[in-house]
Amino acid sequence: MDYFLSEEQEMIVETARQIADERIIPARAELDEKHEFPRAILNEMARADLFAVPIPEEYGGFGGGCIDNVLALEQLGRGCVGVGTAFAANILGIYPIMIAGSDEMKNRYLPDVATGKKFAAFGLTEANAGSDASGIRTTAVLDGDEWVINGTKQWITNGGEAQIYTVVAITDRSRGPRGASMFVIEEGDPGFTCGPKEKKMGIRASSTTELIFKDCRIPKDRLIGRAGTGFITVMKTLDSSRPGIAALGLGLAQGALDEAASYAKQRIQFGKPIISFQAVQHLLADMAIQLEAARALVYGAARHIDAHPKDMSKVSSMCKVYATDMAMKVTTDAVQVMGGYGFMCEYPVEKMMRDAKILQIYEGTNQIQRNVIGQELNKEYARN
Amino acid sequence: MKIIVCVKQVPDAKDVRLDPITNTLAREGVQSIMNPYDQHALEEAVRLKDELGAEVVVLTMGPPQAGEVLRQAIACGADHGVLVSDRAFAGADTWATSYTLAQAVNTLGGADLILCGKQAIDGDTAQVGPGLAMRLDIPFVTCVQKVREADASGLVVERMMDDGYDVVAVDYPALLTVVKDLNIPRVPSLKGKMRAKKAVLQTLSAADVGADPALIGLAGSPTQVVRVFPPEPRGERTVLSGTLDEQVSELARRLSAYL
Repeated sequence: MDYFLSEEQEMIVETARQIADERIIPARAELDEKHEFPRAILNEMARADLFAVPIPEEYGGFGGGCIDNVLALEQLGRGCVGVGTAFAANILGIYPIMIAGSDEMKNRYLPDVATGKKFAAFGLTEANAGSDASGIRTTAVLDGDEWVINGTKQWITNGGEAQIYTVVAITDRSRGPRGASMFVIEEGDPGFTCGPKEKKMGIRASSTTELIFKDCRIPKDRLIGRAGTGFITVMKTLDSSRPGIAALGLGLAQGALDEAASYAKQRIQFGKPIISFQAVQHLLADMAIQLEAARALVYGAARHIDAHPKDMSKVSSMCKVYATDMAMKVTTDAVQVMGGYGFMCEYPVEKMMRDAKILQIYEGTNQIQRNVIGQELNKEYARN
Repeated sequence: MKIIVCVKQVPDAKDVRLDPITNTLAREGVQSIMNPYDQHALEEAVRLKDELGAEVVVLTMGPPQAGEVLRQAIACGADHGVLVSDRAFAGADTWATSYTLAQAVNTLGGADLILCGKQAIDGDTAQVGPGLAMRLDIPFVTCVQKVREADASGLVVERMMDDGYDVVAVDYPALLTVVKDLNIPRVPSLKGKMRAKKAVLQTLSAADVGADPALIGLAGSPTQVVRVFPPEPRGERTVLSGTLDEQVSELARRLSAYL
């Protein structure tokens, strides 16, 4: 379908597609098998200016919106969701700075991220604070001109690979959600270390570690925005980033459909290609219908979000839920179309099915997204 | 330092068909690309530019639509594109082409280094690079697989041979033709693509390069193509699949039928 992309948007798609086809797809099976971080591929993306897409022009970026980021991530996700996740988490890591940081802070960090010289990560989740962010135990205490941070963040994407970490810590426990603040932690800050890489079911090319703070001291000016605005910044960050996860789902499902359909054309059973059997055609047709419906929703949501609407959270959650549930379904059906071959590691669809699962979990589980949508509906209908 | 990269627009080899009547390449509806070897020459030029600081000029001879490959080269980091285009160049063989390119290089004030792909994938002659160097009376090294050292006065390169490689030191001005082992061409950047879209290409005609009409195009081409024909098919072939062991046992089974 024609989504009426601008010339610049076509360029973004073409660039990301070339990187997916020429760099990511030939490497993805090995990266997955070895749990290897795709440093060389990310360097190539940086050189091609993909990191600059969402960064404002005054900080060396392209000033692209949610839709531009979605277009890039869709292509990267078609290549490998592990690699796409490393890319997406970098942007997630700088959203708090772009949303709430001072001009001085933006000047200090954003140009280096736009060129790929520095890489970012976002630290919210802890052992007892996943869906329930009020369980955060990490604290930050002002001591003279320095903040002193203590606590441990868990399952942080790009942990150990990033140079810039935007992290949530409690600065005033008595104030509840209004007592959380966000900080920039840099690689090498005293008292800050990353744990070992976690072993995962999927997205193995991405790095996932703990962030450990033991009396970590950072300068006072690393506070993002004002103290107490941390949760608001987190919510705005996730509202901006979730369509990117939806886009990874689109790309992943497209890749799975491509594999399944071309296999079905070649695979001969009962003397005919299996795509000539109605049972297989219906599976493929349903995959294509769900994918295109999700794409229309994600692109529409991303363009809507770029207009900074009041119902941004709801729309962002809707597209994330729909596209990632779709990706799980479509990748599972791609394995079904390919039968025993689909289950074998020689073919890419088993990895696609493993990679799909995380999309329903991270950046807010799909159950939490439904809570957000339900609560927004409750508010909307109370007004009428 | 100034580097000129010679590039050619060619039909994509993934998409080649022969016209069944004329037996020539069917160019209509076929995607055109920058000759793959030339992409490696361009990449090396841009790397030398990053390392040593240089102006990279990309030069092509062809019809107006060949400007597309110049824009592609600018997207990949070339500074400036020059299209040598004139109806009078039509039908040029490698002799006339190397003459025309030499005239263009001289018109552009020469270069410290000229980089060419080893050959174009349509004609496959590998003659234009060396021919151009001879016309310009500068040293050349063919089939360069690696640039070992580079500075403001010259290069040390590896020349691919059938049985290994030679290490060759060459001073500027010089011409190299390159093979694909040299580097991995970069993905063009978004900023590069935007620059390419706006770039103003320089166009040179036969008169602009001061070409002698008797030495260009069909008139200047001693090569006569007498006949073009597809080779006879070599009989039926089968490609075995499966693991190595499976392939070997299948091969043994088929051969045993002849014992």
